[in-house]
Amino acid sequence: MSGDPERPLVAVACFPGSNDDRDAVSALERVGADARRVWHDEPELPEGTAAVVLPGGFSYGDYLRCGAIARFSPIMRAVTAFAGDGGLVLGICNGFQILTEAGVLPGVLRANESLNFVCRDVRVRVEEADTAFTSRCADGQDLTIPVKHGEGCWFAGEELLAELEANGQIVLRYAPGENPNGAVDDVAGVRNATGNVFGLMPHPEHAVDLLLGSADGALILGSLVDAARLSSAALV
Amino acid sequence: MRATVLVRPKPGILDPQGQAVESSLRHLGFAVAEARVGKLVELEVEIDDAAEARVQLERMCEQLLANPLIESYEIELRDDA
Repeated sequence: MSGDPERPLVAVACFPGSNDDRDAVSALERVGADARRVWHDEPELPEGTAAVVLPGGFSYGDYLRCGAIARFSPIMRAVTAFAGDGGLVLGICNGFQILTEAGVLPGVLRANESLNFVCRDVRVRVEEADTAFTSRCADGQDLTIPVKHGEGCWFAGEELLAELEANGQIVLRYAPGENPNGAVDDVAGVRNATGNVFGLMPHPEHAVDLLLGSADGALILGSLVDAARLSSAALV
Repeated sequence: MRATVLVRPKPGILDPQGQAVESSLRHLGFAVAEARVGKLVELEVEIDDAAEARVQLERMCEQLLANPLIESYEIELRDDA
């Protein structure tokens, strides 16, 4: 179990090629979590895990399709089971790609429309503040968070898109004029139907201090830690 | 048996890579109206029965080689033995 009930245990899964795992741990610790890196070949999550973060990077070299190989890692079996039981899971960038490839989150992430790797701050709009990942935000609030990806163009067919919209599963959109990758309907982040899994292309872990240009990412990670604390307390 | 799997972007799905290739070919002076870029996977499967090999290859495509949301696939099987 986590030592301090006020600091919920957040497992950060690391795959060969992950490169934002340390930033994720540092940012999560900063917003009140007990964050620990977990290697991809672990078959189980640490005992007492209250939330899981799948970090950014280039797992397995992005071979075949981004996230396509990582989804078969032993740890992903544990993460998928954890998510199936209602556990909180956040996928950032490559983590988002892994979750869509695993079928845990809807849609797919494709090469940016421009074919360019995009690395810059973007403004994203909170479409749904009533989620475990955005509770510290207000509906319609704009957040400044950096993106850095070559394959972040989220896509879903019209029917799926309408369904997600109706269910309130589109949590984050790029603000008008900000879409960096051609994502359908400016979608930057989606959650699953039950609301315990969320994925986004922007990197909240790179925006947790004004020295880095923005601290808005802390609102998302802080919301997750708040929710993890509650679910952790419920487990005891 | 040897197999070739062709993975293509589905019709109607934007293919920026294909567009870039098309534009480059036009710059070179070729009369190209459209280019679509997919993937080719060559496999040697350890199954002798063609029907069974095809069943297995279909599964490989569904589970890993293609993402059915955006890609279609085509399997070519041949017995080189």
